[in-house]
Amino acid sequence: MKSLLSLRVNGRQRDDAVSGNLLLVDYLREVVGLTGTKIGCDGGECGLCTVLVDGKAQHACLTLAGSCDGASVETIESLSDGGRLNAIQRGFHEKLGAQCGFCTPGMVMAAEGLLRTNPDPDEATIRTEMASNICRCTGYVKIIEAVRFAADELKSETEAA
Amino acid sequence: MDGNGMPPAPITSIGEPLPMVDGPEKIAGKALYTSDFYDPSALAGAIKRSTVAHARIVSVDTSAAEALPGVHAVITGSETDEGHGVLPISRTELPIAHDKVRYKGEPVAAVAADSIEIAIKACDLIVVEYEELPAYYTAEDALAKDAVDLHDHREGNIERHVEFEIGDVDGGFADADLVHETEYHCAEVCQVQTEPHAAYVEYDGERDELTVRASTQVPYYVHLMLSKILKMPKSKIRVIKPYVGGGFGCRTEALNVEMITAMLARRAKGTVRTVVSREDTFITHRGRQEQTIKIQMGMTKDGRITAVDCKTIQRGGAHSGYGIVTILYAGSMLFAIYDLHNVRYDGKRVLTNTPPCGAFRGHGTVNTRHAFENAMDEMSKKLGLDPFAVRRVNLIPELGFTASDQWINSYGLPECLDIVEKASGWKERIGKLPPGRGLGLGCSHYISGASKPVNWTGEPHATVNLKLDFDGTVVILTGASEIGQGSNTILVQCVAEVLGIDPSRVKVVDADSRVTPKDNGSYSSRVTYMVGNAAIEAANNLKGMLVEAAARKLEVSPEDVECLGEVYRAGTQDEGMTFEEVVMAALEGTGTITAKGNFDTLPESWGGKKYRGAAIGGTMAFSYAAQVVEVTVDPDTADITVDKVWVAHDCGKALNPLTVEGQIQGSVWMGMGQALTEETSYHDGLLISGNMLDYRVPTFVDSPPIEAHIVESNDPHGPFGAKEAGEASLAGFLPALTSAVANAMGVRVHELPVTPDRLLQLLEDKERKMRSAAE
Ligand code: FES
Ligand code: FES
Repeated sequence: MKSLLSLRVNGRQRDDAVSGNLLLVDYLREVVGLTGTKIGCDGGECGLCTVLVDGKAQHACLTLAGSCDGASVETIESLSDGGRLNAIQRGFHEKLGAQCGFCTPGMVMAAEGLLRTNPDPDEATIRTEMASNICRCTGYVKIIEAVRFAADELKSETEAA
Repeated sequence: MDGNGMPPAPITSIGEPLPMVDGPEKIAGKALYTSDFYDPSALAGAIKRSTVAHARIVSVDTSAAEALPGVHAVITGSETDEGHGVLPISRTELPIAHDKVRYKGEPVAAVAADSIEIAIKACDLIVVEYEELPAYYTAEDALAKDAVDLHDHREGNIERHVEFEIGDVDGGFADADLVHETEYHCAEVCQVQTEPHAAYVEYDGERDELTVRASTQVPYYVHLMLSKILKMPKSKIRVIKPYVGGGFGCRTEALNVEMITAMLARRAKGTVRTVVSREDTFITHRGRQEQTIKIQMGMTKDGRITAVDCKTIQRGGAHSGYGIVTILYAGSMLFAIYDLHNVRYDGKRVLTNTPPCGAFRGHGTVNTRHAFENAMDEMSKKLGLDPFAVRRVNLIPELGFTASDQWINSYGLPECLDIVEKASGWKERIGKLPPGRGLGLGCSHYISGASKPVNWTGEPHATVNLKLDFDGTVVILTGASEIGQGSNTILVQCVAEVLGIDPSRVKVVDADSRVTPKDNGSYSSRVTYMVGNAAIEAANNLKGMLVEAAARKLEVSPEDVECLGEVYRAGTQDEGMTFEEVVMAALEGTGTITAKGNFDTLPESWGGKKYRGAAIGGTMAFSYAAQVVEVTVDPDTADITVDKVWVAHDCGKALNPLTVEGQIQGSVWMGMGQALTEETSYHDGLLISGNMLDYRVPTFVDSPPIEAHIVESNDPHGPFGAKEAGEASLAGFLPALTSAVANAMGVRVHELPVTPDRLLQLLEDKERKMRSAAE
């Protein structure tokens, strides 16, 4: 049985007929065609599928697509503005927060979710708030630097404004 | 002169902390990994796996599966009788088990269907009849006298027994002031790269050709094995490596997922996409083997090692894989870090009914290094010596050949020791920290590519092509596999440096067998060293052509042309020609330019002949690392917190300090996982840790700050002096951790991982002993 799902994905309105057991991550990747969001585990272990649902970081592999009716979903593809990386993404680039890059979309979205609620997190906060995202390449050291870089950039941007 | 009145100069790329050239794609979510390929016509592939650990396959009934609507192909072990494997002498693993299964989870059939749900349902409908055989989950059981053989060609379940003695070991022990024996046990660990295995294969029925995309570190080996398994000419197969989400050695051989997907695509006459679950990625395995290491070491009272006797047994799993190479490395890599002359080694690689092991980062060296460094630490305590002093008195006094004939051309270990001793405040703090806190030291080393490839064909080790055309873009065509370690960035830097041009002018086209030169792949830390050298040669050849073209236009001889990267000129007063103008001049009469560069290893580096297999361990350059780990142990729970790690890695010239640091930190952290939490576990051969929570991958909160220092003992043969940067720092963490815990708590855990239960047990034993001694 399929039902109609109406939501916003990366700012654009969509209406799709989806079955009740369709996961948000499969909806995004297979129905919408946004393959930036990754799958790294069999459910809830790795955080690679992290997207923002109504501004909050959430595991898309533990979310039913149908539960997002009326919601606004943001994925990694929405962050760069006209192709230019946003502050968090620039942090990941400049500071080498991404090596293989497979954890990166989820990591960046988790950081995005964090900085929206706490624009100036210290290292300990970054560690606890992002603890459900696994990276196997970096030892997390440079990811923390990347998030701090973004926080500092955002701070100087607001100060300049 | 440019606008600032500065004379033009070649642009420097080497030594610059350049962000990765493919960073923006990955960070913007645009990079396509194998599982990101979808096509409406693609069928879903699924693998049916054995539920028994060791059995003869009596029959496989696929009729119900084939009758299921939506099923397009069902294949079993009868699909191919050709085996695959790493070494030409041990290609006996079948992509789908045929007569026999040898571990729980081994593929026994596969299905391609309209959807993954149908494919899985069809797998469930396949009925396999087994006649069970005794199964062995430990090396000890598999070695028992009456054990049945897993493989006909491996009697007694010994994949390889390596024995050698170099020097006079008994004499060395006789010269020692202290002879000490110790034993360590390391649990099996798995790479757990974040991208699960995947393959996407298109079959072209018109031409009988295959296009294969796979999450692999070795597209060339995949190509060879596909041709063998499918009995298809290599020319009818195209292998493309998309972005790859890490490897760490689990993809350094062709895996069953690629071969099965290709067989399914050919049988279904279409496109098949297989994405393996995390659990099945664990089962595909190729991780680091469970291993026991016994080390006997002799030392003089000033800490000099007089002799070493190392006996080790590895549980290799059900198939050969890299097994022979692994057990050989475990012996040969006892050398080339300290000045050793008398060494006896006895290593057994054993076949068991568990998933096959492979070439995990630090291949072959990590577990033996763990035992060796711990032995040194234990003995330094007994002799009342500082662990740094013991390392220093054993340093290699001069460059050249080891007793095992390994060739050392650069040696930055002394400096690594100095740096971490100072950075960690060792001298001031060791022995003075409050109870429950401790520091520990560990050293390690690794090769910069194996000097003899496993697949010896007579071709150079590496070939790079450069293409330069009217647009002035230098395109690097390379088969090297970027898997996140930054190989594309390094190659760009090498080429840009030689030409003196802006690195943004250099682009990479990589790992597509139809377009790029063959490359052996990303393993044994070979790419920077070998492919980097080939890239430098190619760039020099290209530069020669550009200089000649400029000379023609400027009407001078080539020796008089000064190449300033973006400007070529004949004298300081000369305005010269821009890079674009030189390119157009070079294209005149010939069109698109291609330049080529090769790299080959020197025969001196091919390793010894002192025992069978001594070539394994031969390399052009060894990298070195030293690290100090600081821990705090909770006295009640025995929970270990790693407070900080100071590591120094001698990688020769750091071509890119940013990516080198990333590699060092990643290696140390991966060592931490193995030391503290990671362990695969099986119940009667059934994997029960097949997820990232039970397997216990360290999270952000479990992970320490890692202060990485780079030591540049430039190698005479390395690209701009560079050596390996991505593996050597792993092994040292393990012994540094156990030593730190020993210093904190007064007990040394001899089993990995160092879990709180293991540590608590030792602490309780110690307390009991102390109490009974007091009574
Ligand atoms: S894919 Fe691993 S948590 Fe969602
Ligand atoms: S960058 Fe590879 S898993 Fe994080």
